[in-house]
Amino acid sequence: MAQVKTLVITGYGTNCEVESAHAARQSGADTADITYFSDLVAGRVRLADYNFLIFPGGFLDGDDLGAAQAAALRWRFARTRDGDPLVEQLRTFFDAGGLVLGICNGFQLLVKLGLLPAIGGRYFERQVSLTLNDSAKFEDRWVRLKANPHSPCVFTRGIDTLDLPVRHGEGKLVPMDDAVLRELVDANLVALQYADPASGLVTTDYPANPNGSPLGIAGITDPTGRVLGLMPHPEAYNHVTNHPGWTRGEATRLGTVLIENAVAHLKAQ
Amino acid sequence: MLCRIELAPRPHVTDSVGLRTARGLRAALGLPVAQCRIIKVFTVQGVDEAGIARILEAGALHDPVLHTASREPLASGFDWAVEVGLRPGVTDNEGRTAREAVALVLGLDKAAAADIAVYTSTQYLLSGELDEDDVRRIASGYLANELIQRYEYKSAAQWAQAPGFEPRAARVTGEAHDEVNTVDLEALDDEGLTAFSRENTLALSLEEMRTIRDHYRDPAVAAARAAQGLPAMPTDAELEALAQTWSEHCKHKIFNAKIEYENRETGARATVDSLFKTYIAGSTAAIRAARGQDDLCLSVFKDNAGVIRFDDDHAVCIKVETHNSPSALDPYGGALTGIVGVNRDPMGTGMGANLVCNTDVFCFASPFWTHELPPRLLHPRRVLEGVREGVEHGGNKSGIPTVNGSIVFHDQYLGKPLVFCGTVGLMPATVAGRPSHEKAVNPGDAIVMTGGRIGKDGIHGATFSSEELHEGSPATAVQIGDPITQRKMYDFLMRARDMGLYNAITDNGAGGLSSSVGEMAGMSGGCRMDVSRAPLKYDGLRPWEILLSEAQERMTLAVPQDKLARFLALAEEMDVEATHLGEFTDSGYFHVTYGERPVAYLPMDFLHDGVPQMRLCAVWERPVEDEPYMPLFIADHGKLLRTMLGRLNICSKEYVVRQYDHEVQGGSAVKPLTGALADGPSDAGALRPVLGSDQGIVLSHGICPKFSRLDTYWMMASAIDEAIRNAVATGADPDRMAGCDNFCWCDPVQSEKTPDGHYKLAQLVRANQALAHFCQAFGVPCISGKDSMKNDYTGGGKKISIPPTVLYSVLGIVGDVNRCVTSDFKAGGDRVYLLGITRPELGGSELSELYKAPFSDVPQVDAVAARTRYRTLHQAMTRGLVSAAHDLSDGGLGVAVAEMCIGGRIGASIDLALVPACPDDMQDTDLLYSESNSRLLVSVRPENAAAFEALFAGQHCACVGSVGGDSLTITQNGRQVLSQPVEALAAAWKAPFGTDGPGAQ
Repeated sequence: MAQVKTLVITGYGTNCEVESAHAARQSGADTADITYFSDLVAGRVRLADYNFLIFPGGFLDGDDLGAAQAAALRWRFARTRDGDPLVEQLRTFFDAGGLVLGICNGFQLLVKLGLLPAIGGRYFERQVSLTLNDSAKFEDRWVRLKANPHSPCVFTRGIDTLDLPVRHGEGKLVPMDDAVLRELVDANLVALQYADPASGLVTTDYPANPNGSPLGIAGITDPTGRVLGLMPHPEAYNHVTNHPGWTRGEATRLGTVLIENAVAHLKAQ
Repeated sequence: MLCRIELAPRPHVTDSVGLRTARGLRAALGLPVAQCRIIKVFTVQGVDEAGIARILEAGALHDPVLHTASREPLASGFDWAVEVGLRPGVTDNEGRTAREAVALVLGLDKAAAADIAVYTSTQYLLSGELDEDDVRRIASGYLANELIQRYEYKSAAQWAQAPGFEPRAARVTGEAHDEVNTVDLEALDDEGLTAFSRENTLALSLEEMRTIRDHYRDPAVAAARAAQGLPAMPTDAELEALAQTWSEHCKHKIFNAKIEYENRETGARATVDSLFKTYIAGSTAAIRAARGQDDLCLSVFKDNAGVIRFDDDHAVCIKVETHNSPSALDPYGGALTGIVGVNRDPMGTGMGANLVCNTDVFCFASPFWTHELPPRLLHPRRVLEGVREGVEHGGNKSGIPTVNGSIVFHDQYLGKPLVFCGTVGLMPATVAGRPSHEKAVNPGDAIVMTGGRIGKDGIHGATFSSEELHEGSPATAVQIGDPITQRKMYDFLMRARDMGLYNAITDNGAGGLSSSVGEMAGMSGGCRMDVSRAPLKYDGLRPWEILLSEAQERMTLAVPQDKLARFLALAEEMDVEATHLGEFTDSGYFHVTYGERPVAYLPMDFLHDGVPQMRLCAVWERPVEDEPYMPLFIADHGKLLRTMLGRLNICSKEYVVRQYDHEVQGGSAVKPLTGALADGPSDAGALRPVLGSDQGIVLSHGICPKFSRLDTYWMMASAIDEAIRNAVATGADPDRMAGCDNFCWCDPVQSEKTPDGHYKLAQLVRANQALAHFCQAFGVPCISGKDSMKNDYTGGGKKISIPPTVLYSVLGIVGDVNRCVTSDFKAGGDRVYLLGITRPELGGSELSELYKAPFSDVPQVDAVAARTRYRTLHQAMTRGLVSAAHDLSDGGLGVAVAEMCIGGRIGASIDLALVPACPDDMQDTDLLYSESNSRLLVSVRPENAAAFEALFAGQHCACVGSVGGDSLTITQNGRQVLSQPVEALAAAWKAPFGTDGPGAQ
């Protein structure tokens, strides 16, 4: 059984690193280290020593220029002290079978880096983006999600529906063109969709779909299913009292089940 | 070379900001704006043609999925184009990030990137039947705040003649210089001294100016100065440092004044030697002594935040600040700076705290104000929306949940809005083997400033906020916060803390380095600092300006010499600026140089203790009672309840709450909105600050300025009771709470400008007396606080003073968050209990405001009964007997029960005849809308009723009805008073602000 070694990357405005690491530990990861981007640059921490990478939520560079835009550039151009491009470490990590979870701002970073959706196996090419909600507002509210049972995603295995909070101003998925959206659907790369809590059906209606994302897309995976990016925050539902209906007896399964699935997948390797 | 790069959304991308702007313009200004589209503009300076091409090709500033980017103007198909940019020197956060992105893409290191600058602006393309006056109104009254922004516009015809706007660099130009001026105070008579203080925004009184002059007359002082190469007379930097250190803002001169207090109501006279020491610190000391071993407090009043014990391994701290004057001038920047500014208080408490949650309370005039505005005042709608957005950006981008807050509306806040921002911090019990709530500066420690750079922003903030707002108030007092620079600094500092790399830390707030270094030097006994080493945003600052600038995002630390290199290296690695400015000493002097040139040489004791104590008079006369009470005749009680629910002080603020992240950090247990559809009001916020532990904190507040007109004594008592009641209703233990007091007053010093100063000061004395009485009665000590004493506006021949206002915040502990309770009714059949007694106390109530009715009985507080009630309720909650609890405040019983129905989306039946009341023949209207204190509504499952009633035996506790059905029905002895569908009540409650607010950008 493989050890699950989690690395949570923070710095430059990321701010959900503590609860993300807590959620990983609570979900059975053997270790969950928080590291700053600057530690990677300094060569003090190497991605090769881990098999589970979490890009947590936050406001990288304050969302200036659009969410995670500047951070994606930083990843693309950064070199370690030894002069090696950092992005190569990420590529190697992924090729070695590691899992990557991008939550909210971390999801925005993954799509802007091109690690998602990687249609046709074309990694590090920007195929979709995430932009301002149709409401033009940041909003904090809970949503119901429906998982796509046909998706290759290892994180969503066995999950039907899930309640999670969204807390974002830029969560609307925009494909480069219609063909990209079609391929996303055809390849079952849509992992999670916003659903109407009453009917359980996927929806594009506000506020059940908080941002106007087409087809209610809330999270997407890559062709291997080893990368998941989603706007809602699974780490923020790590305790029954996080659920807005817990005093009414309405709490559902913890959102950290997504992370438990990742841990189980790695342990089975 | 200046080059514009423009970004427009690609055709398949929704221009949601443009759509919102058009909606807002129509709603706020009533102009026929058919369409608004947005073009984002970056003006790049210092990059050649090849570089610009590389920026475009690499997608440095745009996202190829979302944007078309061009060097040529992109606008077309509009009637008017308006472009809004920042004025020189105003913080441009996005411009800073853009500059970093450009440097990355061009592969430039720090030195090579030094000449590059990027300035951002926004183009609004408007369509509709608009004339030039309309466009000017749109630009100046909605899109731009001319204090910090500039705008230009073109009609379609003008554009056709000359397409596009000229590239403009919002650059501050200036030369570095080391000019230090000397001020000859001897040449000034009394009039001259007063004029000098006023003209230089020193806010020093004549007596204080004389004290300073006399200090410099001392031959010993002159000799010491001569030895350091300084002239006998004060330098500009010294006067500025004294003015800042002695300002009302920093020294709390009114709270420390000796006051002759005469109570004409009772004939009593007393001398109060410092309100702060007598009532605030005095009551806390008494509570701590009485609690002995059970004392929660670790550090009170002496540090940037007050600290209490949380568990064996952690302490929690709280600080609440106000940022009123800057928010009046620039609501967005003022509020943003307010929230990120107060974040630095816990960050600079003891050895530094992690930031756990925020609380924000705002006081505004009605955003639907339709009368003319006095000069220089912004429409309250703009103030509300600017403040809302500033706090949104400050809180959300810092990753700190906003768990509690409220908005209070009163027309007297037109002259100055109140913006209270508070932050709770969590600290490990020990850091590097020492208690984390303590700090010590040793002589020889390095003075290190870290975080942002210094500009002219905020110069005179401390002294400016010690004056009333007037037409000529300085624009430099405004700053714009930068949450990300601060977040990076915070990440670095928390790491440095845990590595034990420094001895002490404090924030740079009001007064900048002068204040932070001056205060820390008080611990070692002096300092020597070279301000020429300080990093500047731009050249052109004089030494005194560097010393006094309130540029944001900076902390000052005392770093031991043997750790200095490691400290600076870690900062460099984490991309945080840190600068070694000098050393703390035990010389007894606050010694500042610019290079070798002497700038200031002030004895520490004169700087900190030289300000003469103010002597003031206060005279209390109870305001003449309004006309005698007449019962109101209400034809339709259902309609009245809906009207009450739609009042600004009562209605849903969901549109604001939703835009604040209230659950980041993963510990949220009770959110600001609750219930079946998560849109009912919560009484307080609760969260687990230590993930992995079920112990929580509860954050609540009370604020009752509406009672100040009648009696500030009961205003204060009501606020304390309300805050404690809210915390208890949510689950906090009434025996594990601490308070934080924030006084916002109108000028209480008798003068020509303030002919009623004696009365206003008496109001202050009475509020302080109540604070001491009720904190002690409840056993809740104040551990921190702040005062803001000049909340007046004069302009256009008018003076507007705020109602005396105190925000009382409570930080409470709940042993197990699984026992927290929310306000929404849970299930049909649950019994509804009213705790506490209802009296005809409608003075200052929402009902009396609605009818402008002459009620004069202000609600009082029976603290002994209330404390017993709260403890019993907490016991009932701990035993799991309570399914819902809600406090009765604005709008009394009628509003509280309606809110519980709305939260649960379920009806209830209430019989007013069962309400414990005194006298027992109160009218329906009074029973429904009296705002008597210390009351709560509670729902209990039938199987728990007996146990619940047994706990409350002998107390005012009555079962007044039950939960069930789709309507709220209120009867009196079988006679129906009202019956309203819950959905109708919810609609009325949510109507005023809807989901978009009052329609301002």
